[in-house]
Amino acid sequence: MSNIGVLIEIDGQEIKAVSYGLMTAARTGGRVIALIFGEDGARFKTDLERFGAEKIVTMPGEGPVQQANVLAAAIKEFDLRALMGISSARGRDLLARCACKLGAALALDAIEVDFANATVVKSHFSGKTTALLQLAGDTILIGLRPNVIEPEEFSASAEVVSMTADVGADEGLKVLEVKKSSSGSVDLTEAEIIITGGRPLDSAENFNILYACAREMGAAVGASRAAVDAGFAPHSMQVGQTGKTVSPKLYIGCGLSGSVQHFAGMKTSRVIVGINTDKDAPIFGKCDYGIVGDLFDVVPALTEALKAR
Amino acid sequence: MKIFVCVKHVPDTAANIKVVGENGFDESVKFVMNPYDEYAVEEAVRTVQKNGGEVVAVSVGKPSAANTVRSALAVGADRGILVKTDTQFLDSETTALALKAVMEQDGAPDLIFTGKQSVDSEGMQTHYRLAEKLGIPVASEVSSFTLENSRAIIACEVGGGDREVMEISLPCVIGATKGLNEPRYPKLPDILKAKKKPFVEMELSDLGIAMSSLSSTINLTQVKERGAAKMLQGSVEDMVADLVNRLENEVKVL
Repeated sequence: MSNIGVLIEIDGQEIKAVSYGLMTAARTGGRVIALIFGEDGARFKTDLERFGAEKIVTMPGEGPVQQANVLAAAIKEFDLRALMGISSARGRDLLARCACKLGAALALDAIEVDFANATVVKSHFSGKTTALLQLAGDTILIGLRPNVIEPEEFSASAEVVSMTADVGADEGLKVLEVKKSSSGSVDLTEAEIIITGGRPLDSAENFNILYACAREMGAAVGASRAAVDAGFAPHSMQVGQTGKTVSPKLYIGCGLSGSVQHFAGMKTSRVIVGINTDKDAPIFGKCDYGIVGDLFDVVPALTEALKAR
Repeated sequence: MKIFVCVKHVPDTAANIKVVGENGFDESVKFVMNPYDEYAVEEAVRTVQKNGGEVVAVSVGKPSAANTVRSALAVGADRGILVKTDTQFLDSETTALALKAVMEQDGAPDLIFTGKQSVDSEGMQTHYRLAEKLGIPVASEVSSFTLENSRAIIACEVGGGDREVMEISLPCVIGATKGLNEPRYPKLPDILKAKKKPFVEMELSDLGIAMSSLSSTINLTQVKERGAAKMLQGSVEDMVADLVNRLENEVKVL
């Protein structure tokens, strides 16, 4: 049975929830080896065992260059057939560095994985088509789009080991500081529920009605390109082409026309709700539930209805 | 200083893509410069305007990719190079080898800019592979770039709106994302002038590199749009109550 390494990302004090879906996907390929940087793996033993980890490895290394070196060493040390990670900004960066170091095949933003055939399905043309890719070589690296695999519990018992490795030099790239965003909200790409505002929001301040609604359902707030370009929201909130690709359980679009470019970034959401004053808006032709109405009426009403639950 | 900017010729993001055969698509749609590469070209041009030197725009693609190289020339790149292939989906390892071969022929760059990903095959890795082959540092999702002698201070988007400020030594490869700058639009005189700028075309086979097939496209599948929405009826309160009920009980996402 093959060993599949899973790069676990920690957010604050907790394992990122999307890591469990990743472990569920990894289990279809063999024994799950959970890999964690700079943390005491034992602290997360119970959580990781609940989703099938058979080994937990605590790894040294700080910054992208060192961490990629250590991941490459971990692939050899633990005889990994595959290394998987979340296709987050951090995950993509580390997987790409590690794959290049090893000259190995890499697929990022995968939505399905078949370990037996070494194939993945991923989006091409911003989600207008999918591509089935064949990955060659002894070791393959895969970044999985968050939330595409539902986590399934699978009880296992794991040994916790601390890996010692030469972290290497930084080779020309040093992290100076991390600037936290002021919003401090859930990362869009990893959120289970997203509520997004378009141009009709009309100001940055008006996004507060979305934040109020988001709080009632544990959602993250997104913005359309038009809203970002108008300065109502930062680019980090943009969903769609030249923004984030998201795949939440529930996506609520408020005042979105439903452009091809916007749908490129959210069409794999499980349920899509459209709210627009124009009954002929394209979004109603390709979403699950539609409400014709002014978002300034509908969203506060939705917030109240959610509060009353 | 000498700056290379790597650009890709891709279908317009608004174009409808129709799968043809197993892994081809109807290429009669409009093609444009990959949107993220526009930020790369703009940053390269601004850097040379400030510090002197030249910008060389290079693309690996089908013969029609010459149009995208010309677009780069129209917004300020000084020279163009196209490596011609017969496929839109070249393995990123092969593309990186081709880019490296071009740079070795033309003379080593001080700096390389490209987009953080293409919007057609969305591989997100060619710039990393190029940097590895050149043995120089790389950063992606770069939304701020300031040159300071033999190094640059950059900011990378790391998710959730957080930015990592990093110091990167030159030469290096920078994967540009939105926010890095506002790309300029070409003016008509510049488009005409671009036609007179030096432009070299070569065949991929002339570069003498080994073709890689680390990753190959078995097939493409059209993604079906979901159908028309179930339109909710009644007053705002009725519609919202109906929606919450359906989200909780019908599709169970709340």
